[in-house]
Amino acid sequence: MKIRLTSVYVDDQRAALDFYTKVLGFTVHHDIPLGDNFWLTVVSPEDPDGPQLLLEPSDHPAVGPYREALANDGIPLVQFAVDDIAAEHDRLVGLGVTFTQPPTDIGSAVVAVFDDTCGNLIQLITEKRDAGTGD
Amino acid sequence: MGPLTCKQSLAYGAEVADVYRALDDETRRLILDELVRQDGQTLFALCSLLTTKHGLSSTRQAISQHLAVLESAGLVTTARQGRTKLHFFNAEPLAVIADRWRLPEHREDT
Repeated sequence: MKIRLTSVYVDDQRAALDFYTKVLGFTVHHDIPLGDNFWLTVVSPEDPDGPQLLLEPSDHPAVGPYREALANDGIPLVQFAVDDIAAEHDRLVGLGVTFTQPPTDIGSAVVAVFDDTCGNLIQLITEKRDAGTGD
Repeated sequence: MGPLTCKQSLAYGAEVADVYRALDDETRRLILDELVRQDGQTLFALCSLLTTKHGLSSTRQAISQHLAVLESAGLVTTARQGRTKLHFFNAEPLAVIADRWRLPEHREDT
């Protein structure tokens, strides 16, 4: 069994496509009209055969309260790995992205949380190379 | 500072008691430490620091209740950034205590 697809609910699929490709740097994998919406997935150019992220319409009535409660407490919905979290933080801030948690050392890794402008908080992580050695 | 009226004095006493009660807990003191280190944090960020850095196993609900105690004592204030609630350290209640029992070298009348 493999994890092939995961999803985040987005307020507006076209705006989300812009943010996830132009700001975050992912590439479109599927963009297929589906009724009033789209089957819209992106992948990382560093891992094009890796898991796809589905940018899913948020029209179900349960989505609003669910995301509202998580955003209030600062809880991210998905995690992306980067090689250099400090550089990525600075790059994204330069593009106007808001962080609810700046890069923070949690021992085995450095994490940060930003607002994807589509209704979600996203966690970035850079795992330390020496993680697990007890240093 | 002039003498407090009876009513002010009672309110003042309750405030000081709240501050001491809020500080009488190691988890709440660690929360304040982390806010002093990095002000304006989310509940999620504080929970992750308390778990990973301080080895606490408190639930999110427990940390939320600790924050409510700190907030009611005036030691923590909150503000919204978009849809997200951020927590800030407020030292003013401690200044009231420091002013009431000042260190000798800080007394103006000596």
